[in-house]
Amino acid sequence: MERGATGPARSFRIETAGRGARAAAACACIILPALALLPAVAGRNLIQELIFLFYMLALAQCWNLLAGYAGLISVGQQAFVGLGGYVLFALTLLGGINPLLAIPLAGLVSAMFALPTALIVFRLRGAYFAIGTWVVAEVYRLVFAQFKPLGGGTGTSLTPSITSSVPGIEWVRTLLDVRAPAARDVISYWVALALAAGTLALVYVILRSRRGLALGAIRDQEAAAAGLGVDIYRIKLAVYVATSAMTGMIGALIYLQKARISPDAAFSVLDWTAYVIFITVIGGIGTMEGPVIGAIIFYLMQRYLADFGAWYLILLGTLGILVMLSAPKGLWGLVSERFELTFFPTRRRLVAKDEDCHRA
Amino acid sequence: MALLETRKLTAFYGDFQALYGIDTIVDQGETIAIIGANGAGKSTFLKAVAGLIRGAPDGVLLDGEPIGARPASDIVKLGIVLVPEGRRLFPSLTVEENLKIGGYGRKMHGPWTLERVYALFPLLKERRSSATPTLSGGQQQMAAIGRALMSNPRVLLCDEISLGLAPIIIADVYAALPRIKAEGTSVVLVEQDIVQAMKVADRIYCFQEGRLSLTGRPEALTRDQIHRAYFGP
Amino acid sequence: MTAWLDALIQGVLLGGLYALFAAGLSLIFGVMRLVNLAHGDLIVLAAFVILVVADRLGLDPFVAVLIALPILFLVGFALQHVLLNRTLGGDLLPPLLVTFGLSIIIQNGLLQIFSADSQRLRVGAMETASIPLGGGIAVGVVPLLTLLSAIAVIVFLNLIFYRTAIGRAFRATSDDLEVAQLMGIDHRRIFAMAMGLAFVVIAIAALYLGLRANFDPSIGPARLLYAFEAVIIGGLGSFWGTLVGGIVLGLAQTIGAQIDPEWQILAGHLAFLAVLAIRPRGLFPRAQD
Repeated sequence: MERGATGPARSFRIETAGRGARAAAACACIILPALALLPAVAGRNLIQELIFLFYMLALAQCWNLLAGYAGLISVGQQAFVGLGGYVLFALTLLGGINPLLAIPLAGLVSAMFALPTALIVFRLRGAYFAIGTWVVAEVYRLVFAQFKPLGGGTGTSLTPSITSSVPGIEWVRTLLDVRAPAARDVISYWVALALAAGTLALVYVILRSRRGLALGAIRDQEAAAAGLGVDIYRIKLAVYVATSAMTGMIGALIYLQKARISPDAAFSVLDWTAYVIFITVIGGIGTMEGPVIGAIIFYLMQRYLADFGAWYLILLGTLGILVMLSAPKGLWGLVSERFELTFFPTRRRLVAKDEDCHRA
Repeated sequence: MALLETRKLTAFYGDFQALYGIDTIVDQGETIAIIGANGAGKSTFLKAVAGLIRGAPDGVLLDGEPIGARPASDIVKLGIVLVPEGRRLFPSLTVEENLKIGGYGRKMHGPWTLERVYALFPLLKERRSSATPTLSGGQQQMAAIGRALMSNPRVLLCDEISLGLAPIIIADVYAALPRIKAEGTSVVLVEQDIVQAMKVADRIYCFQEGRLSLTGRPEALTRDQIHRAYFGP
Repeated sequence: MTAWLDALIQGVLLGGLYALFAAGLSLIFGVMRLVNLAHGDLIVLAAFVILVVADRLGLDPFVAVLIALPILFLVGFALQHVLLNRTLGGDLLPPLLVTFGLSIIIQNGLLQIFSADSQRLRVGAMETASIPLGGGIAVGVVPLLTLLSAIAVIVFLNLIFYRTAIGRAFRATSDDLEVAQLMGIDHRRIFAMAMGLAFVVIAIAALYLGLRANFDPSIGPARLLYAFEAVIIGGLGSFWGTLVGGIVLGLAQTIGAQIDPEWQILAGHLAFLAVLAIRPRGLFPRAQD
């Protein structure tokens, strides 16, 4: 680019954290312990609502990684929510395994199912890929509806012996002086918090790694990324399997907490895909902060508007369309462009050392 | 008044500026050649005139009317038609269908009909029902030009019609030009081959890095002048 | 033995219905590369429109659909012009998510207006009429009409696409949007025309949906999946391929049902996945896509 003239030698360094990120890191150090200690003061209702917020946030982070970064727009992730739930039920009811242990096992099984699923579904592109994932989810639903040991089409419940075998219930009972069902909710709350934080952390680590740089490139310009030697297929496969595993674990937690499962609920497009997509799109797809914002907004909307039934869903659909058309980067996109903020610093910035200029 | 005029025409691809204020004039019946190195902005210029790249309304004037902000489909209706670089025939359409669709937007009665185009390019008539990917490069170029003629344009824009063709084929393609000119059509051609350009053009414009570096009648320009205008100082 | 023969015949006839579902989807994707996730819900919406027209005007559904056709053409044209044209432009996400949102809006809107009750389009005696073929096998009149209509629709679509100026414009726009503009084609109008045409096909599909079985606001998504499966099995880019795809899907379902009635839908999905695994481009794919 230089035209013959030589300038002073410059050294460059790559920076990721900005001022917003440092503030956010500080906040996280405060927020996380505060959330962990919350059960000491919060009522059971709030705990249950926060469980919902945390697992929806975790699901949204997974979907965002899949669709916003890897470009795999799936409307079939409910397959793994349901699979995770059913695996938990199978392991505990039929296999006698401890419920908390069953959660990571459910993630493992989900990964095992995700691999062959991907090999078939990856033959489709774009919107056809999306519908293909939906078909797969339907297949899972129909198969589990035939599985009589877990209740077939009507589903089944966890027995009291299982729900009371969740480790730590006694400890929480005595510590917080609550009854057993509330104690179980507190344990679920901590697991949900751990899953949400863990998902955020895992997504953050992935995006900051070299693979993450590749994902950012895929997100921005897939063809160019391929031209630079990024192995698109393998990365997409890895992301699909990883997010499906996480989704499976989240599904296991969800149904441990609900203690009752049925095929229609576990594989519901509305609950596990439509709402998740809404959260991610409203908040801001392709960023980590977006789903956080979106989850909070969605939680508030669910809390105050869900009673309006069909009208509420019409509102959600309309809002989603409006945001997609007028603010495709979501609410966080509007904010972060205006104020140049980032809380989860995953973008690399090239900083030239001898000049005081920063280019994001 | 000139038929077609550009005034301080600029063009951008996103943030990248490709044209920095181009002033040109095309009079009725003239043939203008645009030469310049790769990346000089020649194709961009044609796309801007044709409406594929939109700009300021008075960047392009037709009969004095500003058309610079109008979309391509409107500009075709006004009588400015582009033969795009690389031919770009429609693979799902046969040769004859490609010709017919040329007249879709601008249904003007004029000298060019399907039969007249076949008369101009007899090879196409033989292959009228073929799928266009099976045609040779030269035949494809003839089909692309024929397709553009079907709209009976007032101004025909040709983007690198000799690209990728053997010299003898190029001669065949350019042999059609006099008949097109005879109907009164004004022609603006972008051409890499300077010799060919000088042979057919009434006037030449030379582009360099998005700016005009030279203009004049072919016989009035020296080799040195062209060399400098083409490659830079 | 006759049970299996019967399953085969019913499968082919069911395929006619699926081909009708798929034809609209195939048309829209073919012209503008848009996959409309609300497709199934639009078929249900059209069925309700026909129902309302039939009830209010006291008409036979076959007449009601004729009245509904121009209305639905305009609805499709408007929908594309006002909303969906804004989503097209290279990026994959907007059309997908906007049509997904549309799907939710339509389902819940219909739920609000009509409640979740099952509905049916009534044609009196024709509903149960059948033509005996001997050996204890009979072919229902309505299913037969469905298949014949599917064939007629596909012939009609091929006629439009391959014998008319606007069909040329559809194909040209689908091939190369930029150069199509250089032909003077206003692609936004062409897309709107294509969507209007697709809505006409959707209306006919809706007629037979409502005649053959009960319908309610929630059955849209399943129809989308069948339409999509039929298109993929048949191969992108060919209307006749879509008919074959529909028939293959119908056969898979009826044969699956013959083995165990609870397996009907699952058998269809598995057949689709099998085709996807073995012949990902479908049975009759077009050259370019």
